[in-house]
Amino acid sequence: MAQHTSIALTVNGEPAEVAFAPYKTLLEVLREDLNLCGTKHGCELGECGACAVLLDGQPVLSCLVLGVECDGRTVTTVEGLASDGRLHPLQDTFADLGAAQCGYCTPGFLVTAKALLDEHPHPTRDQIKEALSGNLCRCTGYQQIFEAVEAAVARATTEYQLPTTDSKGTR
Amino acid sequence: MNIIGVPRRRVDGRAKVTGQTKFADDLMLPRTVHCKLLRSTVPHARLLSIDASRALAHPGVLLVLTGRDFPIPYGILPVSQDEHALATDRVRFVGDPVAAVVARDELTAFEALDLIEVKYEPLRTFSVPEDSLVHDTPRIHDYGDGGNIHKLVALSFGDVDRALADADRVFDDTFFYQGNTHLPIEQHAAVAALDPDGKLVLWSSTQTPHYVHRALAKALDMAPAHIRVIATPNGGGFGGKSDPFNHEIVVAKAALLLDRPVKICLTREEVFYCHRGRHPVLMQFRTGVKRDGTITGMHVKTLLDGGAYGSYGVASTFYTGALQTVTYHIPAYRFQGCRVFTNKPPCGPKRGHGTPQSRFGQEIQLDKIAESLAIDPAELRLRIVERPETLTANYLHVGTIGLPECIRRVTRAAGWDDTYHKLPFGRGVGLACSSYLSGAGLPIYWNDMPHSGVQLKLDRSGGVTAFCGATEIGQGSDDVLVACVAEVLGIEPIDIRAVTGDTDLTPVDLGSYSSRVTLMMGNAAIQAAERARDLLADAVSKKLGVPQDRLVFAGRRVFDASNPSTGVTFAEAVSLAETAFGTIGATGSYTPPRSAARFKGGGVGPSPTYSYTASIVEVEVDSATGWVHVPRVWIAHDIGRSINPTLVRGQIEGSVYMALGEALMEEQTFRRLPAHLSHALVHKFPSMLEYKSPTTLDMPDVFTELVEHPDPRGPFGAKEVGQGPLLPVMPALANAVYDAVGVRIDEVPITPEKILKALAAKAAGKTPRYGPSQFPEIAWPESLQVPPPWDGGDGRATTDKGKVPRAEGQSKSPEVVPS
Repeated sequence: MAQHTSIALTVNGEPAEVAFAPYKTLLEVLREDLNLCGTKHGCELGECGACAVLLDGQPVLSCLVLGVECDGRTVTTVEGLASDGRLHPLQDTFADLGAAQCGYCTPGFLVTAKALLDEHPHPTRDQIKEALSGNLCRCTGYQQIFEAVEAAVARATTEYQLPTTDSKGTR
Repeated sequence: MNIIGVPRRRVDGRAKVTGQTKFADDLMLPRTVHCKLLRSTVPHARLLSIDASRALAHPGVLLVLTGRDFPIPYGILPVSQDEHALATDRVRFVGDPVAAVVARDELTAFEALDLIEVKYEPLRTFSVPEDSLVHDTPRIHDYGDGGNIHKLVALSFGDVDRALADADRVFDDTFFYQGNTHLPIEQHAAVAALDPDGKLVLWSSTQTPHYVHRALAKALDMAPAHIRVIATPNGGGFGGKSDPFNHEIVVAKAALLLDRPVKICLTREEVFYCHRGRHPVLMQFRTGVKRDGTITGMHVKTLLDGGAYGSYGVASTFYTGALQTVTYHIPAYRFQGCRVFTNKPPCGPKRGHGTPQSRFGQEIQLDKIAESLAIDPAELRLRIVERPETLTANYLHVGTIGLPECIRRVTRAAGWDDTYHKLPFGRGVGLACSSYLSGAGLPIYWNDMPHSGVQLKLDRSGGVTAFCGATEIGQGSDDVLVACVAEVLGIEPIDIRAVTGDTDLTPVDLGSYSSRVTLMMGNAAIQAAERARDLLADAVSKKLGVPQDRLVFAGRRVFDASNPSTGVTFAEAVSLAETAFGTIGATGSYTPPRSAARFKGGGVGPSPTYSYTASIVEVEVDSATGWVHVPRVWIAHDIGRSINPTLVRGQIEGSVYMALGEALMEEQTFRRLPAHLSHALVHKFPSMLEYKSPTTLDMPDVFTELVEHPDPRGPFGAKEVGQGPLLPVMPALANAVYDAVGVRIDEVPITPEKILKALAAKAAGKTPRYGPSQFPEIAWPESLQVPPPWDGGDGRATTDKGKVPRAEGQSKSPEVVPS
């Protein structure tokens, strides 16, 4: 068994220390050593985007990042998007508007879209398409994903005036 | 209707956006060990020996399994039990599993694979169907219709020769549809373990836990009652997770031997080897028409490249010839289909199962017919649409038909009259239509039992649990189940828990294939909910002194319709019923109506009802590069009624997406390694990097129209939507390319190279076309003659009296295999 290496990092706002075999990718460390299985794998070579997470706020493909590169850094996964007991607006709109069908690519889309909105709070449709072009979805045809991102922008700007419009009885 | 028809967050939506949906590879059980498969490096060979001694000695390796551990064959169809979990004496394609290693971790198992020595005696490789037709030996399998032909079908409905002779024009066209694969983002994964009682449990990303259950019991020679199969939510299926798979059987066996949880997760490369995707199909359409476009008769031939195993292939073969008659009225029809074995990953069912290929040919040929007869393609189709509530020439009972309205809606939305034949060179629009099953009318194993069962548990909490064997593969089957129950009982979706896809806990549902779940499970759910409602109504009626037929279930209350303030809460209603009748439960089941087809082969095609779709695709073709850009797609779908319009739209747009991938770029193709290596026939690009699929940047704007005329056979009137909307898009795109630059691309994918070749042919004064030129000679058997209903037929074959397939008990007929 390979000798373990150990790092300290911030995961979803909380400090974490983790020891793992040094060849492991961030994806494997998250899933196997930190038990954060929300992040998925799909292609093993950085093509599908299912493994996207935020590393110091920037979207990265966690299958192409080694765990040892993440010492002292900040990682956000799908499990860290909700806060104060509330879903992130993107999570709400993805769920409400059909942007998640099988849901397997969804964590990658969500964190990538969050990075987009953090940088561009009012993106155009083309900016959304560009930002999400590294994430493959085989179910939706993407259109409801674009609409969910746009709806999240709209909700974020109106949230403070209006109560959120909960979908009927499903929250 | 409070729930049905209202756009709504799906019941599993929150789990999916918070990363809490547990897919098979997300299951982390204590003491889990990991399995990897050693796969054949040669396409066709005798297996001489396997030496696993070094692998077994490798530190961390717990078990090595080979074909000797799996003597019993299995397969999805009763007539094609041709797979072993690991190869016994023969490998049939590069990627065929020959051994399995179970080790303490994945890496150790990987390392040990390299230590296994396999000796092969190579056999002739069959790389294309034409080889398999010509060379009888060596046989890839020792069953089938002779040599390397797996299946030959010949059916004739009416006098087709005379119908073609009576036609004003006969059109004869050949087409080729390249194979492609499902490419679900989730790789197949499975975990097997023994439960505390020592019984086997398998969690797997499968669309068909019921059939996996059967296959495990057979292949492992175990009592089915001691096996539990749990379908984890699938990270996309599209048909690719519909077969029982070797890796599922291997980890089950390993768990039995080790008494530890055994997990396998396929690599993306391995998923390309599992395949079961779209068959490459060469086809010929001979169609006779009158000057007004009326079809007099049609003769269709198909040749399917089946790959190395049977899979659903017999059904796929029938499906290439089954649904032509469901869309348009064809008074005389002949179908000849042939599936051959080749040394490639097995083909099977992908979204549309066997029908997209022939739909492609049929709809392009109609475009050619329309042009030739100077009839608008939309008008031509409106003239020949099959009649509703009728029997087709091949005895398929067609229910409601929303196709004329689909055509009218889609042409209006797209401004067809102002664009077709009117756009400048390089831009064009194309139209095509289709129809699809709302569930196969017959089960894979023939019997008269329900195809879907739903069980409800209600108690004094006011909560309801709905149990059903249906499998959530992303399409929203849990949502349909809950919506149907909620609507009948007048409660909210959040009040209901769905427990699905678990052979121990849930009544049998045959699985998520053939677009059957909404219609069949939905009807079973409604029946169960109505029975529960009747019990509650009985108790509430006595309590309130209100006649049962005046009671309304809505808004989590049961109340008097004529005096709404008189009522009880839903929880109180359950308590009253529990007091009156004891524990409250109800079941519902659904069995499709009997088919009118009574000839051998008539088991494929029948469905309770059919969905219809029309689509218009707009293209911009760069005649210098051959590049095709698709800016917009319009699509109208006859859904009967939407259960949840948000999900219906998602299925339609997702179908358009997948169709565009097939039309423009996706292909599962093969190459020979260089001679100095092994010259082996290998997958051209078993990786997501090179297997191209459309990204966000490739996706056009899609304009969806829902045609809602409730069909009495569907739950609340609903028909299918998961597969049908894919079908018209490929031919509509091909027709649009013709409208844009005047060349016919009679095969998919429609690549820039093919367009440039066709444009070059056009410039040289040759036929402006790219596609196959001929259909090979095949020694067809004599056609089964079945007189159509209008010729006094009764659904039987005149040449085969007495051999009527019966849906009673296990069918012995190898000819009739529905899916």
